[in-house]
Amino acid sequence: MNAPLRKVAISVLVLFTLLIVNVNVIQVIRADDLRDNPRNTRVLTEEYDQQRGAIVVAGNEIASSVETDNSLTYLRTYADGPLYAPVTGYYSVLFGNTGIERAENDVLRGTDDRLFGRRLADIFTGRDLSGGNVELTLDPAAQQAAMEGLAGVTGAVVALDPSTGAVLALASTPTFDPNQLSSHDPDAMRAYAEQLDEQGIEPTVNQAITERYPAGSIFKVIVSAAALASGDYTPETVIPAPQDYTLPGTNTGLENFGGAACSPSGEQPLIDALTISCNTAFAQLGIDLGEDAVRSMAEAFGINGEGFEIPLQVEDSTIGDIEDDAALGQTSIGQRDVALTPMQAAMIAATVANDGTLMKPFLVDSIQAPDLTVIDQTDPEEMAEPISDDVAAQLTEMMTSVVENGSGRRARISGVTVAGKTGTAETGTDADDHNWFIGFAPAEDPQIAVAVFVKNGGGTGGDTSAPIARSVIEAHLGGGG
Amino acid sequence: MTGPGTDPRAATAGSPPPPTRRGTELLLLGFAVVITLVAQSIVDLTMTGSLTTELATFGTWFAGLWLVAHLVVRRLAPYADPLLLPCIAVLSGLGLVMIHRLDLSGNTVGASATGEDAPVQLLWATVGLVLFIAVLLVVRDHRVLARFAYTLALVGLVLLAIPAVLPASISEVYGAKLWIRVAGFSIQPGEFAKICLIVFFAAYLVDKRDVLALASRKVAGLELPRGRDLGPVLLAWVASILVLVFERDLGSSLLLFGIFVVMIYIATERASWLFIGLLLFAGGAFIAYQAFGHVRVRVDTWLDPFAYADEGGYQIVQSLFSLGTGGLFGAGLGGGRPDQVPVAKSDFIAAAIGEELGLFGLVAMIVIYLVLVERGLRTSLVVRDGFGKLLAAGLAFAVAWQVFVVLGGVTGLLPLTGLTTPFVAYGGSSLVANFGLVALLVRISDAARRPAAPPAPTPAKLTDAPTEVVGP
Repeated sequence: MNAPLRKVAISVLVLFTLLIVNVNVIQVIRADDLRDNPRNTRVLTEEYDQQRGAIVVAGNEIASSVETDNSLTYLRTYADGPLYAPVTGYYSVLFGNTGIERAENDVLRGTDDRLFGRRLADIFTGRDLSGGNVELTLDPAAQQAAMEGLAGVTGAVVALDPSTGAVLALASTPTFDPNQLSSHDPDAMRAYAEQLDEQGIEPTVNQAITERYPAGSIFKVIVSAAALASGDYTPETVIPAPQDYTLPGTNTGLENFGGAACSPSGEQPLIDALTISCNTAFAQLGIDLGEDAVRSMAEAFGINGEGFEIPLQVEDSTIGDIEDDAALGQTSIGQRDVALTPMQAAMIAATVANDGTLMKPFLVDSIQAPDLTVIDQTDPEEMAEPISDDVAAQLTEMMTSVVENGSGRRARISGVTVAGKTGTAETGTDADDHNWFIGFAPAEDPQIAVAVFVKNGGGTGGDTSAPIARSVIEAHLGGGG
Repeated sequence: MTGPGTDPRAATAGSPPPPTRRGTELLLLGFAVVITLVAQSIVDLTMTGSLTTELATFGTWFAGLWLVAHLVVRRLAPYADPLLLPCIAVLSGLGLVMIHRLDLSGNTVGASATGEDAPVQLLWATVGLVLFIAVLLVVRDHRVLARFAYTLALVGLVLLAIPAVLPASISEVYGAKLWIRVAGFSIQPGEFAKICLIVFFAAYLVDKRDVLALASRKVAGLELPRGRDLGPVLLAWVASILVLVFERDLGSSLLLFGIFVVMIYIATERASWLFIGLLLFAGGAFIAYQAFGHVRVRVDTWLDPFAYADEGGYQIVQSLFSLGTGGLFGAGLGGGRPDQVPVAKSDFIAAAIGEELGLFGLVAMIVIYLVLVERGLRTSLVVRDGFGKLLAAGLAFAVAWQVFVVLGGVTGLLPLTGLTTPFVAYGGSSLVANFGLVALLVRISDAARRPAAPPAPTPAKLTDAPTEVVGP
């Protein structure tokens, strides 16, 4: 029996070698993949063992880590969850991180290079390692007004400080409660995620920055800028404004909102055309200026097909391809392939407000060590200078007229000069129109630039969105801004 | 030393008595105890920040256990293989440390009222030692066992069948009906049945080996046995299938059938039996896959665990995460999160070891098993009588096969089964039964290495025996 015994002994050796080879494959070759697999919660639970930094708005912690006695030591809690959810995102064992929780993860968990010295000190002083805080630029009053204004609709509000680019409000609806996605109870989290899903609410969608929509008439500000910058136009230049306009090379008629005539004479000064948002005038104006002039002005304002980070990722805005003059005409009134994020829309208003200089929007004011000493402060940064002081001043005059005398009347605030532009964008389907408003105030010394977007609002930009913009501006100016 | 000199048979052998190597065993046991205690201290330090008084109790108890085992072997089986005890000492020590470590991270399998499973496991190890001593005391000559082969076969089959006939409330855990749960204790009778059946197989096959080795015809280079000699192997196959059907226990079924086929191969020296076994296995596996939902789920999740990561594949995926995160050197004892793997103390203790001790730790554990198994097989090579040969080979192969099936399952090499990692995993029946198994190996190895007493064995056996019989 010894011959087969020896063979069995060798077979056992082979079997065990197989085991060892397989363990090598798992623990060496596949190790990194397995460690980084999103389902492997080990790295995450390690994070839960130390205190994550807070997200701070105006000195108040809107997201903080609270010590608990369950296996994941720290629980992430959001003081005003639904109000700031579009900014903070959530921090979930199940669903991962989004928003600032994701974009500033390194700072919050304390691994950012800027916190290196502190970490080293923590190790030597025996203090528990903890993350840095992220102070945001948001103005709580403006954010509150924005979210209240959007209650019940799908939409977005972006408010910027035109002179720096600091984001004062970043609102997106429908919102959700990040607390319920960041708890330690997987069943409750799944149930809540399911409930959101049934209501059609996607927590990863931020209407202000991740979604793009046809711009409608707010794009006329870009066309006006191109006209004024060409030197051939002033706000007083009289341009054709017929009741109907047939797009060149087509039988497609283009008419004004409600089919009305823009002026009895069929022509009007540029300022009046913007004030009443005359479609036929701007379609023709765009075609007269030519594609290059319109496109290069749009690109100068940032509508160039390139996204950027604030540090949340902002999707790129675009005016699309323009095949012919007919397309150019439609583009000039913000239809066709023009697609802007509400953030981009706010940047248009902010540029006009800031004498023609576009400041790069930013959401993080400073990074603080756990003891609240400031480690890094964001410096305002110029992004582009699409128009001159003069053109900016002329546009301000025209946009003030929109609010004083035209479609933006519902954004008027007594004692404050508001400049703005409404937009009512056709969706290209049977769905209700999108309603836009962009503006800034006070016109003579702008403190806030704002864009309001209401998806399928059904009314006009003037009816639906201008009042929301007004309350955001009032909240900011009244709140000592 | 109570050396060989006191053995009357050795004294008459003429040649100088071979060394017993009991000193080596004691040294290695001391080494195993030290490793265990150092590991236990590391766990306490990293998880609680201080050393506890329980450590002293544990240390004394654990060291005492092996000292007693050593003294008993020295007295009752002085020529036993010196590596067997140290191997199981270090394996059970590793298991106890890991169970203690998992106790501290708060996930208990709920076997004890205190919520701590390590003390319970230590108690079971003590019970195991009692069985170990009892076996050595009662079975003074392993050949005696052959006389009780059919009784043991009956006992084995009854033990195997008990959970199947018991109501599910008593016998079913995680879908497999292989327990007897009474008064807070869970007993897995299959672990004991395994040993009884191996003894029976050994006795039966030694008896029938000549008949079974008869070839009737040669097909494609394989000498196939006569049709009527297929009876026993078919019976074993049917029994395996019955276990699979009534107890839904893929592991025991695979284990018993594998052991039987290998033993019949060793007994008959006919590779055709392996071939027939493989064929029957393939057929059984195919039928099982087609007929039983739980087998299909096991196989599907084995092929692509990540596709079922939230359902049937959850355990294996967590196990792979555990191993992968451990990497080459591991997270260190107390440094990982093996508590995230389901049933980490029992079925997935190898994953916990791989996560905290790394590839090196896990491979070291596999190598210790390999040493244990190869020592057992070596015993089988050396021992003179056919029954002892087959029994030792069966027992050693049982350990090897079980380790392969369990670790293969935990690491995704094979479909997951409900078998336990011998000596390491939490579970009283497995630990106690395996102590009994090693007791038999110790008994046989004692007989194997004991200087031959005149009269010499029959010439027929001598041709089989390797020259190492009387070697050092």
